[in-house]
Amino acid sequence: MKNISYITILISVGLLFASCKQERKLPFYGERHAETVKDANGKEKIDTVYQTIPAWSFLNQDSVVTTNKATDGKIYVADFFFTSCTTICPTMHRNLMTVYNDFKTNPDIMFVSHTIDFKYDKPHVLKKYAQKLGVDGPKWQFLYGTKDSVYTLAEKNYLVAVGEDSTAKDGYIHQGYLVLIDKDRRIRGAYDGTKEEQVAQLKKDIPVLLAEYKK
Amino acid sequence: MRKYIINTIFFIFLVAIIVSCQNQETIDLQNYMSNGKDIYKTKCQNCHGENGEGLGQLAPPLTDSVFLKANKSRLACFIKNGVNETLIIHDKEYKEKMPAFPELADIDVAQVMVFVTNSFGNKQGFVPYSQVSKDLQNCK
Repeated sequence: MKNISYITILISVGLLFASCKQERKLPFYGERHAETVKDANGKEKIDTVYQTIPAWSFLNQDSVVTTNKATDGKIYVADFFFTSCTTICPTMHRNLMTVYNDFKTNPDIMFVSHTIDFKYDKPHVLKKYAQKLGVDGPKWQFLYGTKDSVYTLAEKNYLVAVGEDSTAKDGYIHQGYLVLIDKDRRIRGAYDGTKEEQVAQLKKDIPVLLAEYKK
Repeated sequence: MRKYIINTIFFIFLVAIIVSCQNQETIDLQNYMSNGKDIYKTKCQNCHGENGEGLGQLAPPLTDSVFLKANKSRLACFIKNGVNETLIIHDKEYKEKMPAFPELADIDVAQVMVFVTNSFGNKQGFVPYSQVSKDLQNCK
């Protein structure tokens, strides 16, 4: 009899802890503003609107015009690099490769790498780079675009600093962030691709973000 | 008896000299290894990896002891002047250009070379700075 009451107490304490645990949710990055919207019943209410990635269109590693439609219904990881970079890019992509391999079979995830070397990194150069890195297929897109379009997208929308710099060893400078974008094109995370522990965090955050859409 | 003692002392001296010589080389090797590791981290690790594993077909691994041994006198040139030829490493072709590191002094090249050839499963021993300087003068 005493045993049963012990077990009851144990279970209720367990339940208490379980109900306390809140689901982890990723933050929203960038600017936000309040907007009055009408809900399904025509009732007006105030909602927060977050910064989103605008429409884009670039050539991918197969010289095919690729737009933001390719990422529709997917979450994706974006970064900025260039193929002749000898400083942080190899480390970034070495680490991103491990994320790619972890989620290879998940159709809800994509990878998008923009080159900032508009002079040299034409699609065939990107193709060769992708192959040598060990990437095949459309899951990881390597995109080529004009200086203006790529640099604006990087700085204004993905919040990653990029630039030409003749004093830098390889001619360009940029930050090594891996930016996590949700299915509604909002920024949900930024991870330093050169740091293993931050990349490990990205691997943990991707399932959290996917879970948001499972409800 | 006296002769015996003198001989013994002389012999001990001789042994001590040899032992201390070896010690000097061991100390040099340790110095080169620890400095070389720092240089490796800042200049080489991005592409060749923390464990010398390379990066896909873009950068070769540094684990091919046979290659390292066969090209021993050219390694210093590779490090300082970069590589612009196809190299076959572990039976695979690597065609990408390796950048030059002209900012490395001869001693830096020697240290990082000793580090690489004695890490990642390689064990090719000490190469003094003077030898590396000579190698660097004979670069093609």
